[in-house]
Amino acid sequence: MNNSAPLLEVRNLSKHFGAVRALSDFSMVVRPGEVVALAGDNGAGKTTLIKAISGVYQPTAGEILLRGQPVTFATPHDARDKGIETIYQDLALADNLSIGANIFLGREPMRKAFGFLPVLDRKAMATAAKETMSRLDFHVSRLEAPVSNFSGGQRQAVAIGRAVYWDAQILIMDEPTAALGVPEQRKVISLIHQLKAQGRGVIFISHNLQDIFAVSDRIVVLRRGVQAGERKISETNHDEVVKLMVGG
Amino acid sequence: MTSTSPAQQAEKHVAPQADHGDAAKSWIRRIAEGRAWLFLAGLMICFEVWSRVAFGATFVLNPFNLQSIAIFAVAPLLLATGQTFVIISGGIDLSLGFIMGLAAVIAAHATNLAGAAIPLPLAMLAGMLAAVIVAGVPGVINGLLISRLRIPPFIGTLGMFGVARGAAFLLAGGTTVPVQNSWLAVVGNGRLFGVPYLVVITAVFVIVMHYILSQTRFGQHNYAIGANVQAARRAGIDIRDHILRLYVLSAMCAGLGGALYAARFTAGAAQAGEPLLLDSVAAVVIGGASLFGGSGTIFGTVAGALVIAVIQYGLVFVNVEPFWQFIAVGVVIIISVLIDQAQRRFSGARQDE
Repeated sequence: MNNSAPLLEVRNLSKHFGAVRALSDFSMVVRPGEVVALAGDNGAGKTTLIKAISGVYQPTAGEILLRGQPVTFATPHDARDKGIETIYQDLALADNLSIGANIFLGREPMRKAFGFLPVLDRKAMATAAKETMSRLDFHVSRLEAPVSNFSGGQRQAVAIGRAVYWDAQILIMDEPTAALGVPEQRKVISLIHQLKAQGRGVIFISHNLQDIFAVSDRIVVLRRGVQAGERKISETNHDEVVKLMVGG
Repeated sequence: MTSTSPAQQAEKHVAPQADHGDAAKSWIRRIAEGRAWLFLAGLMICFEVWSRVAFGATFVLNPFNLQSIAIFAVAPLLLATGQTFVIISGGIDLSLGFIMGLAAVIAAHATNLAGAAIPLPLAMLAGMLAAVIVAGVPGVINGLLISRLRIPPFIGTLGMFGVARGAAFLLAGGTTVPVQNSWLAVVGNGRLFGVPYLVVITAVFVIVMHYILSQTRFGQHNYAIGANVQAARRAGIDIRDHILRLYVLSAMCAGLGGALYAARFTAGAAQAGEPLLLDSVAAVVIGGASLFGGSGTIFGTVAGALVIAVIQYGLVFVNVEPFWQFIAVGVVIIISVLIDQAQRRFSGARQDE
């Protein structure tokens, strides 16, 4: 297995909402090129955990370390600046814009037309889009088309492409396959393999055990806000994981 | 390390291409996108034939007609330019008509006041500038209401519609305010190589607005916000700041409309823009924008405004009772929206939900 230094480490993380202990004393590590699946029933604390890692929530207690350095994120922006990108299930894309425009949304490159007039550099956006998408083994012919013309899996790929372009080191993927058909799910699974091959860390949340077993190196199971178990995928099976999830 | 999983192997065969756009569909899309220009061409042909049959005279080749249509289109187009930005962002600005009236009154007063102290050409510029700047004030309030207090644009700008209306009539003393400034009259009625100054100013302004919408980050973010506010926010765009600027921009478009109105009629009137508000929305919709936000262009809106102006002027020209104008414009709006929907259905564009 992978013994390199952890990219991300979560130590004894807790998040309480008043008396509700959404997450208690939770620890995990993600190493470069590793896909860690988070599994657990609804309300087990998966969402609380990823929101704490991505800067949406401030943890009540515990530490987050990036490459061994303790970090705190005041906002999701902080987390993103430090290379933690969250890819939401509901596709955070502007459907009416091209792939390039989506990758650069909020950070558009400009050039000078006629030597003085600042204009959007669409060519640079299209070129970057093409390169980024081909790094994900995703080849598009119509780079100027709005992303609404693409399928759900392809749009998921665009969201991942944006994270890759901005050099995210940790990608948190919340149910990335949930809204997709089977061939599209496969496409996303293969994208995750690409991310892994590029040495990025992936936290993969899914209800679908098949997807988890297809793509992950390790699985961490949450139950009622605590870690119910951690297994290497090669050393476990569906039954054991389900038992960990439901308890008993 | 894990071994190669079955899913990974299977993947090699799956290489879907994003090519819904075969030739026929892309033609439908092009026709739908350019529908305002097609309408315009159709109307021109229609009136040309009508005019030749009924009066034995040309309609389109008569430069006087073209000039009149262009002047007709100026004020609604200025409002519609601002409205285009707002509608693309997913909002609507109902206050533009009376902001224009307010600006016209301010332009008249300011030009007169300044004229007493400084040379007339400077007084004219001061008056027009005052109109545009004062018009920005209701824009700032609209923007703050919508972005900070989260009032829906329809309601917020409806409130401002009333406020601007009252303020304009109060400032005008309930009547029209005549302007004593020969320079302003020249801007309003003079010509540059046969083209009215009003049209020249509007054309330059529209090109600048086209640049802002299509070539700047502000424009790009405007489209993104109209399509998916969440995505825009997550991408780090300051939505509140954008919305504030957006409504100031649209109000200033109306401000320029008011200033040019004062120039054209050498008077300011609170009701200057009253009938133009809905024309501005109609021009944007005929021009191809969706009222749900996320689509539209300035040049589409130009075509939309020209369609309305051609209908209004053309029907007068061929001696049809003026009330038919409303029916004709209404029918064009409905047809335009139907074409838009048909295009969405046929072009294979994915629809969410």
